[in-house]
Amino acid sequence: MSDTTSSSHPAHLAHHFDTVEQQRESSSLGMWVFLAQEVMFFGGLFLAYLVYRSSYAAAFAEASHHLDVVLGGINTVILIGSSLTMALAVYCAQTGKRHLLVLFLLATMLLGLAFLGIKAVEYHHKYVDKLIPGIAFSYPGPNAQHAQLFFSLYFAMTGMHALHMVIGFALLIWLVNDARKGRFTPEYHSHIENFGLYWHFVDIVWIFLFPLLYLIGLHDAAGGGH
Amino acid sequence: MSTLRVPTVPVETREHYLNADYGIRSWLLTVDHKRIALLYLASITLFFFLGGFFAVLIRLELLTPQGDMVQSETYNKLFTMHGVIMVFFFLIPSIPAVLGNFLVPLMIGAKDLAFPRINLLSWYIYMIGGLLTFAAVVAGGVDTGWTFYTPYSSTYSNGYVIVTGLGVFITGFSSILTGLNFLVTIHKMRAPGLTWFRLPLFIWAHYATSLIMMLGTPVVAITLVLLVLERAFRIGIFDPTLGGDPVLFQHLFWFYSHPAVYIMILPGMGIVSELISCFSRKYVFGYHFIAFSSLGIAVLGFLVWGHHLFVSGQSAYAGLIFSFLSFLVAIPSAIKVFNWTATLYKGSISYQAPMLYAFGFIGLFAIGGLTGLFLAALGLDVHVHDTYFVVAHFHYIMVGGAVMAYLGGMHFWWPKMTGRMYPEGWARFSALIVFIGFNLTFLPQFILGYLGMPRRYHAYPPEFQVLNVMSTAGASILAAGYLLPMVYFLWSLKYGAIAGPNPWGATGLEWRTPSPPPTENFKQTPIVTEEPYEYSIREIKVV
Amino acid sequence: MSVHVVPLRIYFAVFASLMVLTGVTVAVAYFDLGPLNTIVALSIAVTKAALVILYFMHVRYGPSLTKLVVAGSFLWLFIMLSITMSDYVSRSW
Repeated sequence: MSDTTSSSHPAHLAHHFDTVEQQRESSSLGMWVFLAQEVMFFGGLFLAYLVYRSSYAAAFAEASHHLDVVLGGINTVILIGSSLTMALAVYCAQTGKRHLLVLFLLATMLLGLAFLGIKAVEYHHKYVDKLIPGIAFSYPGPNAQHAQLFFSLYFAMTGMHALHMVIGFALLIWLVNDARKGRFTPEYHSHIENFGLYWHFVDIVWIFLFPLLYLIGLHDAAGGGH
Repeated sequence: MSTLRVPTVPVETREHYLNADYGIRSWLLTVDHKRIALLYLASITLFFFLGGFFAVLIRLELLTPQGDMVQSETYNKLFTMHGVIMVFFFLIPSIPAVLGNFLVPLMIGAKDLAFPRINLLSWYIYMIGGLLTFAAVVAGGVDTGWTFYTPYSSTYSNGYVIVTGLGVFITGFSSILTGLNFLVTIHKMRAPGLTWFRLPLFIWAHYATSLIMMLGTPVVAITLVLLVLERAFRIGIFDPTLGGDPVLFQHLFWFYSHPAVYIMILPGMGIVSELISCFSRKYVFGYHFIAFSSLGIAVLGFLVWGHHLFVSGQSAYAGLIFSFLSFLVAIPSAIKVFNWTATLYKGSISYQAPMLYAFGFIGLFAIGGLTGLFLAALGLDVHVHDTYFVVAHFHYIMVGGAVMAYLGGMHFWWPKMTGRMYPEGWARFSALIVFIGFNLTFLPQFILGYLGMPRRYHAYPPEFQVLNVMSTAGASILAAGYLLPMVYFLWSLKYGAIAGPNPWGATGLEWRTPSPPPTENFKQTPIVTEEPYEYSIREIKVV
Repeated sequence: MSVHVVPLRIYFAVFASLMVLTGVTVAVAYFDLGPLNTIVALSIAVTKAALVILYFMHVRYGPSLTKLVVAGSFLWLFIMLSITMSDYVSRSW
């Protein structure tokens, strides 16, 4: 089998691949392998959470009261919604609907921005309430030390998650730009698909963060509050 | 086996990857996996000698029982920098980033790796992390040990923990991206006819290594993030006064760092399989066993990290499980050693330098591996933990094993990479010097450790001096053995005999293209119809 | 060979299920079920993640290699969590 001739070599086929199919499968596998290492990356944080929550369950539940369930819940709905818009964006790329693709990418960006905005509000509340370990921490209840562990994990985990959202947002700017130029077709839209995988992964991390951080103390006292 | 050939087309007029383009931009902006391999070769060689420099200082201090050359805090910095540089900037990248990058596409008949630009990004990330760590060294260094145990590293150390931690964190992504590239390449870009069980064992080894890189490195990455946050913001995750657990740091750290030692050794094992078969003119005995044992080591290697925590306060029951699993992980390694030995049986053996390194590997790795079993035994580990016994064990594997495999591979594939042969006489002499110097350095350390000399101490009781002097003497011989190849490899670039496509008469697709290869590797995509290592089926000619 | 295009109704059905499950997990959290609280919360989270993985991320329709990568990564996470916890759980034995 000799090298393919230039007539069957579309412009978007890189020189080291033999077929478009091989290129598409390779980039998809590459993204999935990257997500596998992301599972282990966040996994380390979940391990720390697991160890300390199992040791200090009461203190963690108590500390969790200081998180705003309403804002957290709204953010969960927003993020799942952005996963929907992203999936719809992939659908549009697959079916060649260029303008709708741009629209859904923009919607995803908007929802992502809303998520980050609400997170900023939450972080600000924590700053005002002096619940940020290392910066301003003064916990009003018992088990202050163990509560500090909870908040350290809260900021590390939601902070790392937010960082991934910011990176995703930046990538979306680039993708929207390319989409507007008509770069993506039903034959070639790997970037949209693979970014979608990344975005859904970030959503899945939040799907676990929300109940583990926000919902663990609700049955003990009146929930919510800053 | 003649290695001097008169080529029909002079090397200077044929276009290949080295002369395809000129100028520094063509190197710093290359996406050719072969050039990137050479970029890595230059950088890891620099880091090897930097790490070696710290080793020299350590061995000089240990010539006398008193701590008279440097203060204890300085000595702590010496062994820390030696470890950090050697582990993260030499051992982990070396074989995959140099030989893996160069050979993986060639061995599978591909034009490049799956993601050439990510490959270049890997090198830049490695350099940025390396420069950051180097800056920390120059600014004053770190004294925590390469293991960064808390709470010393997070709270009490006066060194540049954050900068070093960030440097290692950044370099970790280089590892992750290389592993990602190899995995996708091996899955998706094999030439027609190259089924999984026709792959060279070098590829199997790098596949298994890449699995470990992907699944383990992110854990040390997040661990270093937590350490940096702890030190910068006093958040309390590993702080006992807040109910934090320093042992949690050790769990997180060793979850990566134990599999990391398999990242360091598996590629070397892949090289040894290639060398043993070529220089015995024989198929590798138990090919499938060796292939599966690579995967077995990768999997089992993730289940044993707690053997580093036997005396840390970890529960004895967990210790029992980790001890048992650590004994299990020795089995696939042993299978490899038995199969290499069986390959030699009734083979037609020749003793070129690569083969000498392969022999050295088998013997020294066997000793290193067996002493690992000593350490895996809970009761015995209590006696030798944190002594020179441990130091000797891992140097037998890392240096006697991995570094010798690396050198063997560099000699074997040097003609392919450069189109020149190295001087065989000097190479054999160097291999001998390395072997003698290595054993003189590290064999006494087993005895020292068993007798009770602790590691990471700059002073020791006078009765240990004789063995320490022997060790330092060995280190100077070893250093000479490492410097010699630097000299003659460089010499060979201008004066070495010109090498043809297959100076060893070896099997493998990389030998079916000119030396040095053209940028696109193969003029025509090869089609594979043979099983690997078919030395007995037909005569593989030297060309 | 073309990539499978998931019908729109499936996307909307998955989204609706995710919304319902989110509501359920919040509601259940207000009741004291003892250890069941955590089990229910995690089960719901796993179900939501599975829906996202299988349908939004197309794993249901994708190659087996993808399924292997997904399964492998969660298996490895489970290994890290369970073996580490075996230390903490058994320290007091």
